[in-house]
Amino acid sequence: MSLRLDSMNETDRPQRIVLAKIGLDGHDRGIKVVARGLRDHGFHVIYAGLWQAPEAVVQAVADEDADWLGISILSGAHMTLLPDLLNLLRQQGSGNVKVMVGGIIPEADIQKLQQLGVTGVFGPGTPMEDIVEFLRERR
Amino acid sequence: MSTPLISDAKKRWQQELAAAPSRPQPATTVSGLPIEPLYTSEDLGNFSDEKRLGYPGQYPFARGVHANMHRGQLWTMRQFAGYGTARQTNERFRFLLEKGQTGLSTAFDLPTLMGLDSDHSQSRGEVGRLGVAVDTIDDVRQLFAGIDLEQVSVSMTINAPAFVIMAYYVAAAVDGGFDPHKLRGTLQNDILKEFHAQNEFIFPPTPSVKLVVDVIEYCTKHVPLWNTVSISGYHIREAGSTAVQELAFTLADGMHYVEQCLERGMNVDDFAPRLSFFFNAHNDLFEELAKYRAARRLWADLMKNRYHAQRESSWKLRFHAQTAGCSLQDKQPEVNLMRVAYQAMAAVLGGCQSLHTNSMDETLALPSEHAATLALRTQQVLAYETGVTNTVDPLGGSYFVETLTDQIQQQAEEYFERIEQHHGMVAAIETGFFRREIGDAAFAFQQAVDAKQKVLVGVNDFQQPDEKPLPLLELDESAERDQLQSLEQIKKQRSRDDVRRTTDELKRVAETGTNVMPALMETARARVTVGESMQVLEEIFGRYRLGAAW
Repeated sequence: MSLRLDSMNETDRPQRIVLAKIGLDGHDRGIKVVARGLRDHGFHVIYAGLWQAPEAVVQAVADEDADWLGISILSGAHMTLLPDLLNLLRQQGSGNVKVMVGGIIPEADIQKLQQLGVTGVFGPGTPMEDIVEFLRERR
Repeated sequence: MSTPLISDAKKRWQQELAAAPSRPQPATTVSGLPIEPLYTSEDLGNFSDEKRLGYPGQYPFARGVHANMHRGQLWTMRQFAGYGTARQTNERFRFLLEKGQTGLSTAFDLPTLMGLDSDHSQSRGEVGRLGVAVDTIDDVRQLFAGIDLEQVSVSMTINAPAFVIMAYYVAAAVDGGFDPHKLRGTLQNDILKEFHAQNEFIFPPTPSVKLVVDVIEYCTKHVPLWNTVSISGYHIREAGSTAVQELAFTLADGMHYVEQCLERGMNVDDFAPRLSFFFNAHNDLFEELAKYRAARRLWADLMKNRYHAQRESSWKLRFHAQTAGCSLQDKQPEVNLMRVAYQAMAAVLGGCQSLHTNSMDETLALPSEHAATLALRTQQVLAYETGVTNTVDPLGGSYFVETLTDQIQQQAEEYFERIEQHHGMVAAIETGFFRREIGDAAFAFQQAVDAKQKVLVGVNDFQQPDEKPLPLLELDESAERDQLQSLEQIKKQRSRDDVRRTTDELKRVAETGTNVMPALMETARARVTVGESMQVLEEIFGRYRLGAAW
């Protein structure tokens, strides 16, 4: 589908998503595959890279006027790092960005993260189509 | 038996093949190598047993590095462990030794792997989580307290700060009364694959490799039984590479280390026998075992003919294998037991020297005791019940296996040429060649899975809606607090003068380009932290930044 600028309205505008890895783990295979997959499905993807500090992530969300923030973490430190990040987003006025998380997240933590405001959590092996559909349904 | 008869049979088979239905998925290996429906002697052409295979324990080692392989000695079942504080891991080590384990394999936490102290702001939430936290020589002493380091071999999986940890280890061992000439173990110390895949790098490639060579040079002289580098394809494969890329990039890394050692003026036969390798064991049984066979033949050829090593021990590629974490699924996780078992079989049929089998729950959490026990039991069933150890290289001579081994070898050699066309290892890293190749392969694999050209059981087929969750390990979260308290104590108690004197000396040595290991043994004794030692060097060598490409 090609878009002509003059016909674009709010629903045609490609969704903008900032992808970032927080914490110290270097596993970036998943996030890079998701970045390419979303780009191929028409999303505007900004990949912030490895080892991002929460402050830098929040800044990127604001600078890029992002609809979504996708965080990847496979170190197990998600319950330490994500609540702080979510708080900071709210404090900095970006509380309405929708947050999805990818990585190794035990079932019990998924529920806790959802209660904290995370919209979706995706584990290893999630098909690309599932993520795309999830984002489109909640645009 | 006459030729026309065979020809008739072949013709009939070709007709029947053309008429027969075939499944929708293309027949390719996990890595996408196309596979023929049948292999015959015609595929091998003028294959020479003597040149291509040789005998086990002899050049070119296609059939294995020992004359009797697993008939003589089983591979080492080396399960990786480490968590919390040094005291907690030491308790675990002593428990394992009491159970008859003869070697230890140390996992470090992420801050230690990244050269950061436990009290660094980026370490929060990660201290002691994925491995043991090590800040000072006191932690190293505690980690190995009560263990006879001349009797037990110690493997340490660490890369960017590997030289610091090794210096701290040797200092602790010497101060504990052990003879460094009797210390045995393996340091991963492979920084190149960090740039390609695992991302635990700190300094730019050139000084990083210089520090790897410092360890090789120091250990060759002073700790001669130590395996100085475990040249690793494992992480390259985990990042999404093909089997051929894993093999080619790993051996290219090995060549770069060898060349840098030669440039330092070392004699190849003095250090080459202590280089070892670490490969992935993925799902495709034949592709994997052909990869290991090709690896041995390639390395033997390189060491003998390109680097003119004279000793047979310099030609032998010895390797550790670990089953593929990236192949494990979080859907129906018990099914991972079967994946791990077949992967382990590939490693054993391919002639590994040691093996780690993953636990079924690793896509969900750190392994529970139950899952870790089953992983070890998988190796024991393989060793004692399946019969795969009864003869050396049982698949050698198979039309298919030999053809695949040749193909993989040839494609790896093509990669060696491409790396040279990119002006060698460091330039190819800096222009993103390896990351691009691996990223493309990872994306192509995901597309094949999404299109169901590759079936993953429980993921894109055979799903099961009402799964029962596995009981998972609950981590003790007190380690971070304990570690921070003890680090604070050490920083208060140590002599500031000693810290300044030894770090000044480290700085001076690093600036002049001489071997940093002796100076680091002194910073260790002054209780300078791993992070502080790394900081001194970062000021000289700088920090490597990745390009933004994805």
